[in-house]
Amino acid sequence: MTLDFKDAGIKTWNNLKKTIPILIAMVLLVSIVFVAVPKEFYSKIFTKNIILDPIIGASIGSVAAGNPITSYIVGGELLNNGISLLAVLAFILAWVTVGFVQFPAESLMLGRKFAIFRNLISFVAAIVIAILMSFTLGLL
Amino acid sequence: MKLNKLRKLKERITGTMLFVFGISLLYLVLFILSPNLVYRAFIYSGGLFLKILPTFAGVIVLLFLTSLFIKPKQIKNFLGQKSKIKGWVIAIIGGILSTGPIYLWYPLLSELKEKGMRLALISTFLYNRSIKIPLLPVLVLYFGWTFTFILAIYTIIFSIINGYLLEKFVGVKK
Repeated sequence: MTLDFKDAGIKTWNNLKKTIPILIAMVLLVSIVFVAVPKEFYSKIFTKNIILDPIIGASIGSVAAGNPITSYIVGGELLNNGISLLAVLAFILAWVTVGFVQFPAESLMLGRKFAIFRNLISFVAAIVIAILMSFTLGLL
Repeated sequence: MKLNKLRKLKERITGTMLFVFGISLLYLVLFILSPNLVYRAFIYSGGLFLKILPTFAGVIVLLFLTSLFIKPKQIKNFLGQKSKIKGWVIAIIGGILSTGPIYLWYPLLSELKEKGMRLALISTFLYNRSIKIPLLPVLVLYFGWTFTFILAIYTIIFSIINGYLLEKFVGVKK
């Protein structure tokens, strides 16, 4: 097996070229939102209702797009600012498993029915996993 | 001619460009309205960047190592097999190990689908892409080891459920 260091380097660089601008913009967006929006605002959106919170988190996560690293950062900051773990979990899971932005490409290449059901199932799964995770972590 | 130029220009504008432009515009407008708010946001951003910098350096190294050792063709060969337990295991591991944006994998998966790859396995592969090994340090940094471990286990379990459900709704490809 020959290792192509140059090719791996180019791939990594290309990945970073795409990721870094999004990452910087994401950090700036998170910062301005946290500075401008009072914590009470989030507590108003996220109701601490076991059913509603994950749905809101999953909905926001589904329409967001970008590298998963940004969802971890945003999720971590939301958690630090008093948002429930349930909502943050649903947000992170939906971010990485549901893709409204990628939907047209997925639909074209893998089939419309496939894309619709895969995204719908992933949306529901994000909420179910969030609830199960909260129970599991609560038990530990 | 003008229409063609406009179309070409539209093709060159990526989602990333629009996103970065949008954030820049937001900062510009807010700077005019409230310079103090923007100043506080920059201070907050600086702290956030410093927090993620060491982990991001580790991520870059891991991205390089993953690109060096894991090739899409290798994963394609293994996923082309008939799906038994081995197929599920390969789809799960393939999804976890695959790097790059999700849309880069659509053409390969589409080709494998045409060759008879189970839709359930494609779905399982895509679901497991949420477990990104190079990015796990960031998840650990924010949420801890226990959280990360349990989340990975649930993701793997639900990727299989996801696959089975998808075939139930969409149907099995003959």
